Formats: sequence, structure tokens, C-alpha cells
Amino acid sequence: MLTTAFVLVFFYAPLDADQGFVQKIFYVHVPMAIVALCGFVAGGLFAVMHLRTRDVRWDMRSYVTIHLSIVLAVGVLLTGSIWARASWGHWWVWDEPMLVSFLIVFLLYATYWPLRFSIEDSEKQARYASVFAIVAGSFVPLNFAAVRMAQQFVHPQTLATTTGGMPPKMALTFVVAIVGITLLFITLCKYEMASKHATFRLRALRRRLAGDDDFAPVGRSAAPQL
Amino acid sequence: MRETVAALLAKDLALELRTREAVPAMVLFSVTTYVIFHFGLDRDTVEGDLAAGVLWVTLLFASILGINRLFVAEHEQGGFDGFLLAPVDRTALFVAKALALFAFLCVVELVAVPAFAVLLLGPSPGQALPGLVLVLALANAGIAATGTLVAALAIQTRARDLIVPLLALPLLVPVVLAAARTTAPLFAQGGAEPLPGDWLAVLALYDLVFALIAYAVFDFLLED
Repeated sequence: MLTTAFVLVFFYAPLDADQGFVQKIFYVHVPMAIVALCGFVAGGLFAVMHLRTRDVRWDMRSYVTIHLSIVLAVGVLLTGSIWARASWGHWWVWDEPMLVSFLIVFLLYATYWPLRFSIEDSEKQARYASVFAIVAGSFVPLNFAAVRMAQQFVHPQTLATTTGGMPPKMALTFVVAIVGITLLFITLCKYEMASKHATFRLRALRRRLAGDDDFAPVGRSAAPQL
Repeated sequence: MRETVAALLAKDLALELRTREAVPAMVLFSVTTYVIFHFGLDRDTVEGDLAAGVLWVTLLFASILGINRLFVAEHEQGGFDGFLLAPVDRTALFVAKALALFAFLCVVELVAVPAFAVLLLGPSPGQALPGLVLVLALANAGIAATGTLVAALAIQTRARDLIVPLLALPLLVPVVLAAARTTAPLFAQGGAEPLPGDWLAVLALYDLVFALIAYAVFDFLLED
């Protein structure tokens, strides 16, 4: 799917009239941003489930989605910066609400790891991280509303023009790109969950083999322990 | 519930009155920050946008100090255990702590805002006073709700001093944004202009949303 998207990006979608080739970064940048934000909100929803059921697996899901969303967010900030440099002439523009609110959200979520890492008890770590994920998840839309209000729509909103202003060929490519990135995100989540599960299985088996006494204690980690 | 909140609040206020730990530090910090702004900006007076920005950045950083200290006594002296053993609603602790933080911020501002008017502010603040009090109250409520939540989150971690500013600053960006925008016309060069209503609405909305979120999740921070 992602390959299809890239093929479409390079060979199908028409070149933008005033931005030319650089505009193609839009097909990577915007879907990544949307998926990352949805990932943050989804992490908050998983955290609600964790607090309700007290099931560590929900905490694991919340952790993995937020973790990958932060990785995507780094990508979003980098590609956005490149795009801004190419089309507006500056690496960073303060009067673009999307950029500013995204940076704030990114800074907030960057605290997620230090927060998890600095709590030793794993049960407490999971609970506190969930509370953080809920607060931050509900902060995302609020923050976007506030920052967007501050700028009074100086620049055209990309999303608002998706339906109206985009020629059908571009729109199709854009939709394919969104679906592609979403699928990529879900696959990565699955992989990371599988890898975490395997690590914990392995650790448990090793411990059983070696006996509890001569087994080195597991170092502290920001990741949830199963 | 009401009696519990009153008892907890009275305890916090009595504690602060006797130890004088947080509030004097916050006041001193604010005044020092004005001095630093004076030299950093190399300006004798500020007005308009700049005045609002200086005031709110200072108050925000001062409130971080208060947030940092908020649960320290409970944590060090075992107050959490005592509270959990008592047959009372746990949300009472959140309400009481948020009210205490609100009170601290008000006391700090009683000194810090006049100090700002004397030291840095260009235009006379007389006309701006009623509007300013309203903005301060709304912003204090937002800082108190979010700050109490952040303080309770951070108190159990090993790196409390690091976690509190890292968490609180991004979460409080909308408060500072809205507060600075509402205060800017009050400090305008040619006398106070009317308050922008939409930004007041944003402040009130923020207070409401974060008070509700904090109310909903605070219970989970106390179980042990």
C-alpha cells in the first residue's frame, strides 16, 4: 500500500503549479502528522481502558502507540521543516498554527519516557503513565483549538482545502498516502508488541532455567513489564 | 466532602503560614525575574504585548516553584498514607490542594503584580485593575487545576524537579497564551482598552476542561 502511495506520488499526481517538485513532501508529511495525532489520542483511549480493567496489556498498547507516535512526530517536524524551507523560505515559521501546536504537543509527549523511567514500581509506573496519557490525549485537540485561534487563519488550512481545493488526482494520491501510513503505523505497532512479548517470554524462560538466585536483576526500563 | 476539603485546606494554609516555604520563594523569584527582564531586554519600561508577556512568563515560572512544593510535605511525612486510611472521598484532596495552590498564587500576585507595575510597567495600571483581576483569577484557576494534577503525578517519581516543569510548561501553554492576549490591551500605551472576550472564553474553557479531567483521573494517582 505504501509502495502504491509512493508510486502515485512520483508518477501520477500532477506537479504543484507554484511549488513544483517539493510539494510532493506533502504526501508524506501531512499523513504522518494526522496519524501521529490520532496515535496520541488512541494512546489516551487505551490508557482509559487500562485504568478501567487494570490489564497490563492495555498499558502496553498505550505505550506502544505513544512511543511510535513520538517517532512519527519527529519525522513530521523534520519533513515539515524541509517543506517550510522550500516553500516559505524559512526553516521555522511562528505564524503557522499547525507547526506551533504540533511542537507543543511533541514537547509534552517527549516527557512520557522520562516520566515512565523515573517511577520504579512497575504497577505504579503503568498507572501514572496512563493518567499522563489521558491528560495529554485530551490536551491535543484543546491545544490545537487554542493555538489556531491565536493566528486567525493567516495561512490556508491544508485540510480545509483537501476537499475543496485539491484536484482529484492529488486527492486520490493523498488518500492513498494516508491509508498507507496508517497501515504502516499499525504494522509497526504489531511488530513492537510481538517483540516485547517475545523478550518477556525469553526472560521468563531464562529465569526458570537459571533459577532465581544467580539471575541478574532486570534493569529499570521505561517500557511496561509484562 | 465539604468538611474534608475545609480541614485539608486549613491544614495546608496553616502549614504554609508556619513554615513560609513556598509563597515567599515565589514572590522573591518573581521580583528577581523582573530585574533579569530589565537587563535582558535592556528596557526601563514595557507596555502592551511585551508587558503582558513579561508578566505572564514570570508568573508561570513562579507558579512552577509552588507546584513543585505542593505535595512535598505529604510525601515526606507520610501524609498520603494517613489520608488514604481516613474514610473520606479521595477527590477531596485534589479540591483542597487546588484551592491551596489557588490561594498561594493569589497571595503571590498581590505582591508580584504591584511590584511589576512599579518596576517595569510603563502605562499606569489604575484603569486596568478590574479586568486584570478577572484574568488573574481565571488563569490562576487553570494553573491550580493543571498544577495540582502535575504535582501529584510527579511526586512519586525519582526526578520530581525535572518532571514538573517538563510536564507543566507545555500543558500550561494555552493558559499563558490566552492570559497574555487578554492582558495585552490592558497595558496598552494609551490607557486600558476593553478585554477581548473570545480569549476570556478560551481561558474559562481551559479551566473547565482541565478541572474535569483532573477530577476524573486524580483517584488513580492515590491508590497504593
